[in-house]
Amino acid sequence: MSQPLIDPPGQDDPGVQLLTPGGRRVADPGHPLDVDLPTVQGLLRDMTLLRRFDSEATALQRQGELGLWASCLGQEAAQVGAGRALAPADFAFTSYREHGVAWCRGIRPTQMLRFWRGSAHGGWDPRAAGMGNYTVIIGAQALHAVGYAMGIQRDGADAAAMAFFGDGATSQGDVAEAFTFAAVSSAPVVFFCQNNQWAISEPLSRQTRVPLWQRAHGFGFPGVRVDGNDVLAVLAVTRAALAQARAGGGPTLIEAFTYRMAAHTTSDDPSRYRDAAEVDQWRARDPLLRVERYLRAEGVGDAWFDDLGAEADDLAEGIRSGARALPDTDPLAVFDLVYAEPHPAMARQQAELAAHLASFTGPREPG
Amino acid sequence: MSEPGGTTTLALGAAINAGLRQAMDDDPRVLVLGEDVGRLGGVFRVTDGLQKDFGGDRVVDTPLAESGIVGAAIGLAVRGYRPVCEIQFDGFVYPAFDQVVSQLAKLRTRSGGTLAMPVVIRIPYGGGIGAVEHHSESNESYFVHTAGLRVVACSSPADGYRMIQEAVRSDDPVVFYEPKRRYWEKGPVRLGPAADDLPLHRARVVRPGTDATVVAHGAMVRVALDAAEAARAEGRSLEVVDLRSLSPLDLPTLVDSARRTRRVVVVHEAPRTLGLGAEIAAELADACFYELEAPVQRVTGYDVPYPPSRVEEDFLPDLDRVLDAVDRTFGY
Repeated sequence: MSQPLIDPPGQDDPGVQLLTPGGRRVADPGHPLDVDLPTVQGLLRDMTLLRRFDSEATALQRQGELGLWASCLGQEAAQVGAGRALAPADFAFTSYREHGVAWCRGIRPTQMLRFWRGSAHGGWDPRAAGMGNYTVIIGAQALHAVGYAMGIQRDGADAAAMAFFGDGATSQGDVAEAFTFAAVSSAPVVFFCQNNQWAISEPLSRQTRVPLWQRAHGFGFPGVRVDGNDVLAVLAVTRAALAQARAGGGPTLIEAFTYRMAAHTTSDDPSRYRDAAEVDQWRARDPLLRVERYLRAEGVGDAWFDDLGAEADDLAEGIRSGARALPDTDPLAVFDLVYAEPHPAMARQQAELAAHLASFTGPREPG
Repeated sequence: MSEPGGTTTLALGAAINAGLRQAMDDDPRVLVLGEDVGRLGGVFRVTDGLQKDFGGDRVVDTPLAESGIVGAAIGLAVRGYRPVCEIQFDGFVYPAFDQVVSQLAKLRTRSGGTLAMPVVIRIPYGGGIGAVEHHSESNESYFVHTAGLRVVACSSPADGYRMIQEAVRSDDPVVFYEPKRRYWEKGPVRLGPAADDLPLHRARVVRPGTDATVVAHGAMVRVALDAAEAARAEGRSLEVVDLRSLSPLDLPTLVDSARRTRRVVVVHEAPRTLGLGAEIAAELADACFYELEAPVQRVTGYDVPYPPSRVEEDFLPDLDRVLDAVDRTFGY
């Protein structure tokens, strides 16, 4: 009784595009973007350093320095384009794969790695960074973004919230509830869905029979698909959506059409469920390569690219040494984080563990 | 109602309403979110008049989505607001379970202690009103079992008025249980500030006694008091302790009472297995095993889905079951 899976229509349409995979700048009258060359260079720098960070983190996991890593390989343009569209007063609520957004919010790679190393559940102060914790429970953060946006409304502030999630999350009730809450309250929130085509082993056809961006229409706000491997298009579309949200125009759903080039996480083996040929097809649409082609055509020379490579090498070295030096949480400090105000059970159990730990004179045997 | 600072007589629902009103007056960051809490004033009228007086931005009729209510409240709290969510009935909280347990309860820890979550989740709970299924549950143990939450239950108008204000002032998330079948029972309430009031997480000896202690919360406090009155006629002096705080438990007050009376009965509507009675029995055995004359007895709901309303009285702990349990403590 197994029914064939049917792709939603439009899988061959990458959406709004301002830079072709060949590196040619194209105009889209509906999505104007005024960027100078240094800005484009800055975007490629972000994406290059992010990709280097990502590969270092994967290596660190293989070496046993991280417990797990969720690679964002292939999604650099989606994350950097959206991340650089955010203003300092905006706030991002993300899943666990948005290292590029975190990078754009000024969060250092070693702060992110605290989570993946098992040193702490969070690596930064969300309010200071303008970005919430990594959220592992799929889609839960979409509601937090809407609530935050409802707060912005009440403050009369010139700001917006942005929710990042993937194609799999669009099947979650929380995301549907977030759409409803945002729509009826016209909350200043942008829903940024990175459709990377895979939710671990499940293809998009397991999540939807309509293109994801069209879901917005049923909730009563605009949806748009953007080529998620085109950093300029992502920047333009996201900037416009954020501006509309800040101006009281309500939410937008952006579907960034992209591809998860690596495994779901370092624990996953994608060879069990997808063809290498599909990955190769997407490699031809690489988000970094098209910017490099464009910049070279615009006259940016080898020296600049060499400098960028050297900067990535330095970053990688810092990440390697920084990750290994990350301190574990003091086990007794775990009890201090649970409640803001004193709690007798915390005090009692903290003392119990302290006494237990103190009862060992030398290092404990594992297990 | 009387002047602020005076004592007046209010039903429990009206007292919580007055407490919410005071909390909203005291702090403009306090919001009320929920289904039907605005124009209708809530299905139990606990938020009656608040939208009219504080406006639709502060008293928000939300879409019909419990996870959405709690999830949005979390985002508002990140933004610096202090939302009070109403879950319309006890059995409706489960769609919000992830937002309460994985998000609200854990975000302080997950953010390295940087994010406070001053969110209150009000839940009208318990049976005895002849309701259809999912409207009569006592699910406090789920939340007592969850680190990061505080859980309280009020039993009287005076406590409803005070405790809701303290819950709103807490920088930790508080699940606030309201015994719905007591909403219309009246009692004295002293309005206005009360510096000498019992802290939120302290239990209260509501009736002193010498022969046995009956521990209860919410609607069961009245049952325990009635049992104590009946026992007096039989020559037994029962002490009644209203837990008020379910997480944290006020163990010093419980242990002190147990040491004095040496016999303890715990009463709750919630099912027995891994209920509060089990936790209290274990803690008391730990603290004063040799001073007890009998094992701690439990009078609880049974481990079945809440029964159809026409037989609910057979399942709810009542005076007779409490007195039988007290008798058992004298049989050892």
